[in-house]
Amino acid sequence: MSMHNFLPHTDADRQAMLRIIGVPDTDALFRDIPAVLREQARYALLPAKGLSEAELQQEMAAWAGRNKGHAMACFLGGGAYARFIPSAVQTIAGRSEFYTAYTPYQPEISQGTLQVTYEFQTMICELTGMDAANASVYDGASAVAEAALMALRITRKNRVLIADTVHPDYCWTLSTYLEGLGDVILAEFDPHCPDALPNPDSPEAAQTACVIFQIPDYRGELPVAEAISSFCEKTGALFVVSADPISLGLLKAPGEYGADIVTGDIQPLGNMLSFGGPYGGYIATRNRHLRQLPGRLTGRTVDRNGKPCYTLTLQTREQHIRREKATSNICTNQALNILKATVYLSLLGPSGLRALATLSARRAHALADRLGELPGVHLDQPDRPFLSEFVMRFPIPAQSVLAALEAENILGGIPLDRFYPDAENALLIACTELTTPEHLDRYVTTVKQCLSHPDARTAPLFREKERDRSPEAPENTTLKAEVSLSGNGRCTTGQDAMEVNL
Amino acid sequence: MPQKTLDALEPSIFELSRPGASGMSLPEAGVPEKPIDTVIPSSFLRETPPRLPEVAQLDVVRHFLRLSQLNHCIDKAFYPLGSCTMKYNPKVCDYYGMLDGLTRLHPMTPAHLSQGALEIMHRLQQFLADITGLDAVSLQPAAGAHGELVGIMIAKKHFHRLGQLQRTEVLVPDSAHGTNPASAAMCGFKVREIKSTPEGLVDVERLKALLSEKTAAVMLTNPSTVGLFERDILEITRLVHEAGGLMYYDGANLNAIMGHARPGDMGFDIMHINTHKTFATPHGGGGPGCGPVAVSQALSDYLPVPRVSFDGKRYTLNEDAPHTIGRVKAFYGNFEMMARALAYILAYGAEGLTQVSRDAVLNANYLKTLLQDDYQVAFDAVCKHEFVLTSARQKDADTRINTMALVKRLMDFGYHPPTVYFPLIVPEALMIEPTETESKETLDQFAAAMKAIAEECRTQPDQILAAPFNTPVARVDEVTAARHPDLNYFLKS
Repeated sequence: MSMHNFLPHTDADRQAMLRIIGVPDTDALFRDIPAVLREQARYALLPAKGLSEAELQQEMAAWAGRNKGHAMACFLGGGAYARFIPSAVQTIAGRSEFYTAYTPYQPEISQGTLQVTYEFQTMICELTGMDAANASVYDGASAVAEAALMALRITRKNRVLIADTVHPDYCWTLSTYLEGLGDVILAEFDPHCPDALPNPDSPEAAQTACVIFQIPDYRGELPVAEAISSFCEKTGALFVVSADPISLGLLKAPGEYGADIVTGDIQPLGNMLSFGGPYGGYIATRNRHLRQLPGRLTGRTVDRNGKPCYTLTLQTREQHIRREKATSNICTNQALNILKATVYLSLLGPSGLRALATLSARRAHALADRLGELPGVHLDQPDRPFLSEFVMRFPIPAQSVLAALEAENILGGIPLDRFYPDAENALLIACTELTTPEHLDRYVTTVKQCLSHPDARTAPLFREKERDRSPEAPENTTLKAEVSLSGNGRCTTGQDAMEVNL
Repeated sequence: MPQKTLDALEPSIFELSRPGASGMSLPEAGVPEKPIDTVIPSSFLRETPPRLPEVAQLDVVRHFLRLSQLNHCIDKAFYPLGSCTMKYNPKVCDYYGMLDGLTRLHPMTPAHLSQGALEIMHRLQQFLADITGLDAVSLQPAAGAHGELVGIMIAKKHFHRLGQLQRTEVLVPDSAHGTNPASAAMCGFKVREIKSTPEGLVDVERLKALLSEKTAAVMLTNPSTVGLFERDILEITRLVHEAGGLMYYDGANLNAIMGHARPGDMGFDIMHINTHKTFATPHGGGGPGCGPVAVSQALSDYLPVPRVSFDGKRYTLNEDAPHTIGRVKAFYGNFEMMARALAYILAYGAEGLTQVSRDAVLNANYLKTLLQDDYQVAFDAVCKHEFVLTSARQKDADTRINTMALVKRLMDFGYHPPTVYFPLIVPEALMIEPTETESKETLDQFAAAMKAIAEECRTQPDQILAAPFNTPVARVDEVTAARHPDLNYFLKS
């Protein structure tokens, strides 16, 4: 019998146990499985034998070694940000008592997890200007979807309006969830267009459950909330905001400008990039909507001796009690990720968070200014304010710019032609505290050289169509396919805005 | 007002706050520092700072370290939690955190610079297809319930494409985990319950009575939530397919059958896997998880996008899938969990995973045998990886005793309670799943504690009712917590 790393039994143990049970062998415990199933259960693709720990580490290191992007200066944003993670975050998150613990259903022996969650909920409320936050959903995209479902339940209406500048993955997630539900009309609007929303007296407006926008939006720009909050006030629709949590250290809390539900992704708060996950979605709301929140909520209470303590509460909203009547099917959340966010915010404090957001914004503006001095290079929308991410247009294809930057060990930005039809020359560029002044210098110098030698335009060493996406919108919805990058020519009233019947 | 905290276990981080303290330094901008309101219009800027705590780094570390010490965890002691598969989280998988090539990789990194990451995803997909006996896999769902949602969306889209809009019902057994009906409801289906037999299995006659042209899917787990293998499974899946419905498999109990049965072979069309159960990715205090979905070839068009493909030389991400249900989150899923699960599978290989299930089932039957003299076993049959007890005999000793009281006392012995009051079909249930990573000694000691508690029920029932004595807090007032929710340090609702 070969030794497997994590199985404790010796053959003698197994024999002793079988004797106590009163069966001759372990096969006797599997006779209830029909023979035909047992015969078919052969794994053809798995290696027959396992690896030792040493071999496994080598294997894992080899996987990591076949990636290159992690070691490059990272100007990629688009909903995930390369930010510094303080060492203390990993020290705490690496504690067995946090990461090998179960869901805190038994409060007596879960006060650590519960108190962290309460502190997280409080911090999210402070950032967002809301009254109550939950203990996380999967990510910022599913948070938008859950917020829309909340609004549909609260208002009992059937239209959802979403700004076309919300993250394309978030929009698509929302439309997938709504199509799953059925009987909901999802429509887009351009938040930069003064007449984009329906007339508040119209039947469409009366049936609107919520209006959703993102700030900073996918392009890094700061949309104005006033038209939306005014519309929502008049019609009773809920105002749902998706907001980057770092930006909220500097920007107004959405609660101050009429938001009813605020969502976002906590990845930038102490969580690793990890090729897209695990991250964490936050969702926060006003007290009057508290009982419609999905997922877990932690509340403060006392024990029988009057000792202050914490417990999961209002569980009758949740699937393990309400089943098909629950506010959501969510069970597992992103508990370890919110722990990291809580430690992170505790280390940073309010001044640190504001300084971080400011620092990132200053670097982004400096880069945008310097790139804008190069011939033919300009901000896509120079009149719109942005925070620490921006869309830059180049006089040559964005892929050429990226290739030149890649040769200098820089990931220059996200090419936007995947989402917008007229965007082959545009890049979405993000700055953080990790994009140093030296990186900025190299970025600008490289682009300058690239532009001044059009014949020596670097052909990508290897480039394939990364996203092999059909130009036709799939039969249900791709909200992004019809929106042009600049948003021009789409100033329509709510009635004319592209509607999708789900 | 917040309670006085002189006698709290640990003050809240907000109480440790003092103006001007901070735990982290930042670099200088290194670029021109114009006043921020010349860069961002002041109308966007906050005037009031958020009341985040201002605490020195050492005090932050002490606070959270002290909080950690209030938790039970697998690394400390046994969790006999039925349905949760609280197996050891192998530390070698933590090596993930040391690998910048994985942890520091941005999801929008071009494919040619992230081949290692895409390879991890592709290999895991292949291995999960092998283990499940199904054909195509998506790793995107972030948790089991998320996988269920995807699976039911796939069923819905499939029937819409076939023009079978009358299929508006999903059937689940009355023993089902709550996420099953909740997921079906989130997709607009009407949920109908199949009452179980007295043996805790699907009642095939009742199933037949409920099957109709309205049936879209039947959601089952096998072994069932009472830990018994559905012997009639081949007939069940045949009946459902004859009625035109699809079979959905809740993968929560996959730990019982690796190397012995595959859901695809049983006739299931769609399923999810919980990597945080079967494949040992850490529970994290409630998450993150990872809930891959596997489907038969006929349904593979509907899987979420993007998909990882391999042409023999390079891995790519592909969104060209006209019949996809779409997306259920941004990016690709909980990638760290995928890497850990792949490492776990490679640590065992096919032989090892088979042994995992054998030892899981051995441990459960062993523990059941040790406990059956003192506790009523709900179903008298060879179990798989978990089994259900009740507190009926203890209630006979003293009518005030119930399952909740028993498990409070169990905490005094250093154990996390089993799953209680689930599944719903067994009153006063205690569901126990030891998993394969617990030694015979641990099981013997747990059984001894349970025997001692049974004895106390007979001789010192008041002790049971007054428990726990050895936990940081005792008998938390959940009623007040719900009636007067306090969810925010700065605000009471």
